[in-house]
Amino acid sequence: MEESKGAKIMVDAKAKCAIVGIGETAVGKLPDMTTLAIQLDAVRLALRDAGLGPADVDGLLAIQPNNDPRRSYALSVAQAAGIRPSYATDLALGGATPVAMVIHAVMAILTGLCTTVVCVLGHKQATGGQEPRRGRLRDGLEDFEEPFGVLGAPTIHGAVAARHMHEFGTTNTQMAAVAVAMRRHASLNDSATMRMPITIADVLASRWIVKPFHLLDCCLVSDGGGAIVVTSSARARDLPRPPVYISGFGEGHTLGPLESPMLTTLGGRQASQSAYEMAGVGPKDIDFAELYDCFTAIAIVTLEDYGFCAKGEGGPWVENGRIEIGGELPVNTHGGLLSHGHVEGMLHITEAVKQLRGNSVEPARQVANANRGIVSGHGANLSAHATLILSRQAQ
Amino acid sequence: MEKYLKPLPSADNDSQTFWQSCKDHSMALQRCAGCKRFRYPPRSLCPYCHSTEAKWTPVSGKGQVYVTLEMCRSYGPAWEADVPYNISMIELAEGVRMWSNVIDCPPQEVGIGDPVGLVYDDVTDAVTLPKFRREAT
Repeated sequence: MEESKGAKIMVDAKAKCAIVGIGETAVGKLPDMTTLAIQLDAVRLALRDAGLGPADVDGLLAIQPNNDPRRSYALSVAQAAGIRPSYATDLALGGATPVAMVIHAVMAILTGLCTTVVCVLGHKQATGGQEPRRGRLRDGLEDFEEPFGVLGAPTIHGAVAARHMHEFGTTNTQMAAVAVAMRRHASLNDSATMRMPITIADVLASRWIVKPFHLLDCCLVSDGGGAIVVTSSARARDLPRPPVYISGFGEGHTLGPLESPMLTTLGGRQASQSAYEMAGVGPKDIDFAELYDCFTAIAIVTLEDYGFCAKGEGGPWVENGRIEIGGELPVNTHGGLLSHGHVEGMLHITEAVKQLRGNSVEPARQVANANRGIVSGHGANLSAHATLILSRQAQ
Repeated sequence: MEKYLKPLPSADNDSQTFWQSCKDHSMALQRCAGCKRFRYPPRSLCPYCHSTEAKWTPVSGKGQVYVTLEMCRSYGPAWEADVPYNISMIELAEGVRMWSNVIDCPPQEVGIGDPVGLVYDDVTDAVTLPKFRREAT
């Protein structure tokens, strides 16, 4: 560790840790499972995948589910799974949380707080409502939104799309290309919720939710969970699965929809710059991307913020199959939040791990020569962003 | 007055002066005593200079549309009759943005950059919401 006055304290974190286990529950409607049961299933599957048991885990990161907030969700999960952590907490960055969990896991491992961290997220957005005797998490600005009918994520994200269309001429047809690509990938994925292929015309003919978003510009609402096991790269080499190395990461958070200077550049620019710098790579070195696609326009903005194309050029850039498997930059090879299912981005990370391990997905959706992937997390009403670069080699 | 079913703001110590000013048809925002910048939503600290002193200052009521959306989905019985309705982010002349509605105009006719003026919608006996009407260029 080097320390100099005025500079950041830098620890070389590149490829020092790896993802060694992943767990994915069923996604869709899980009316018979509690939120906690979904999370425990994800933890169980991830540890089994890693060849580890609860006694091997000493770190636990969780998130407060919207429908089941508790004093400490991480400790609820740890206790129920027989894990006694020396490091545990809940993170709260909305859809950026799963990526942030991996970042925090690396930080905790590199500081010696723990050696092996389980990161878990699960929720019941589709069937859950509230668990009995539980409250509900809110965003905090409802008083200045809901009285005017600003009632959900489509409105606030619609503001991004509306500004992008206004400033750069982005069209509904271009946004639809994102939805079509995600559906094509989902059609190749046995675990995806929406598998019937769609066309641009289908997207444009789907009913309006809030203009400029059609129904098919908007993600699914799902029950489901996922978990990830992170440990040191040295330890990872003794475990059964091929390690997927954590090469770079970063976060960038904005002032939110009312106070950000602009709505067409989000936290992804800052977050990705940090991640590229740590990994020592740039957009040209990335083989595929798993990007938080709560709405089609957000994937477009993220592609720009990540430097795959210039700001404003994302609309035409996503057209004509460029982001489909076999194209220049396959995006959301599992079908994303738009067509696979909505587990707040946790399954974007597990999908990236599967792509990099090889032999883990249906052959038709395996990215050829997948050596390095980038994952985005985005959430908290445009406020939060986190980026992860994962690699097959320890680099 | 007919029972009002839509969500209402819950004034707290940070925001009650704002909501009272709307009820008084004289919308006021906090203007920082240090750097003189306006801020919204109401809060105890200036995010630019960290002054905790602010003066509640009536606004000009002039602004322009920064974002306009047309809500086509009903989020419950309270909104049924309104759909489709306009949702706009308004940039006030004072430099802050706020969510509101441009009213008395078909939602699809509202455009980014349209000049708007503040109007008051007394939705209940206790609550007035700041809304906007398009103005001639």
